[in-house]
Amino acid sequence: MWKYEKKLQYPVKVSTCNPTLAKYLMEQYGGADGELAAALRYLNQRYTIPEKVIGLLTDIGTEEFAHLEMIATMIYKLTKDATPQQLRDAGLSEHYASHDSALYYENAAGVPFTAAYIQAKGDPIADLYEDIAAEEKARATYQWLIDLSDDPDLNDSLRFLREREVVHSQRFREAVEILKEERDRKKIF
Amino acid sequence: MAKTMPIEYYQQLEEIQTADFVLVELVLYLDTHPTDAQAIEQYNQYAQYSKQLKRTFESQFGPLELGSINQIPDYWQWNRSPWPWEV
Amino acid sequence: MKTNPKTFTKRKSYVPFHGPCDPCPPIGRKYYSTPPNLYVGFQPPNLPQFPPEEALKCGTLWPTFYDFYENPYKKGAGRGHG
Repeated sequence: MWKYEKKLQYPVKVSTCNPTLAKYLMEQYGGADGELAAALRYLNQRYTIPEKVIGLLTDIGTEEFAHLEMIATMIYKLTKDATPQQLRDAGLSEHYASHDSALYYENAAGVPFTAAYIQAKGDPIADLYEDIAAEEKARATYQWLIDLSDDPDLNDSLRFLREREVVHSQRFREAVEILKEERDRKKIF
Repeated sequence: MAKTMPIEYYQQLEEIQTADFVLVELVLYLDTHPTDAQAIEQYNQYAQYSKQLKRTFESQFGPLELGSINQIPDYWQWNRSPWPWEV
Repeated sequence: MKTNPKTFTKRKSYVPFHGPCDPCPPIGRKYYSTPPNLYVGFQPPNLPQFPPEEALKCGTLWPTFYDFYENPYKKGAGRGHG
């Protein structure tokens, strides 16, 4: 089971009223390499992977939900006080027509989330390599978002999230090393 | 009227976020380094420290998680704003 | 992973070919990240740590993995590496 904590993992501040940024951020909300895809991918893979890496998939998958909540917070803060006119100017009129200012699992281009973004091969190495690739793709997405945004406070939170991708990729690479290891042989650091 | 939270709310919350972040990092590290006794010791220290911080915070601002004591006998504080995305 | 170098840069660049039929002025260098996780290998025990407040700000407990990102195409952004 899961337990909810009534706090964000990292403080989210937004300094400028710029709903266009909300549109870009949706890439990490409901996009192919976004936080929802990451959480669902890891938590689903853990049922069919050697015991040694189940804990890691569980804990990274759970942290991804905390990141999803941070992205949701950014989008919420950027759109909650926006008028329909401001949303239209931000390129969000199609979103508004269907959702008002409700959040929706879609990417920056408005394509709805699909389970097809997620793979589950059942082969531990194939699955962990996908996870490493997913972390690098998410890291790259955060870079492009930082490039597009000129909000210093928002970029501070985005940099935190980008750094987490670096650490997660590191751990998945270590997981591959653990599964590669020959039995009865000492680990070489 | 716009609702606001006192400065202590933000300060205490960030102390908790700081302690819990150390925990998150140690958890992921220990998942791939399960025999590092020093890291386990540091994890246990921070786990205890985080619990203390949360107890203080919850006595003023209500439960952070279900399972914490609801310290006001006649009002269910869990359901009270602000939620994390609102602060 | 025996080939891990002791020092490494976290950003590399290359210059794409620019032909006479390209409509836009050349962007010059294209940059890409090569973060520490590509080089460190299996994390050794007892690495130096950030103090807790700094760890939260940086997004990692270990300076070894810290990689600050800034838009490389922004005016005035450092173009040191690669």
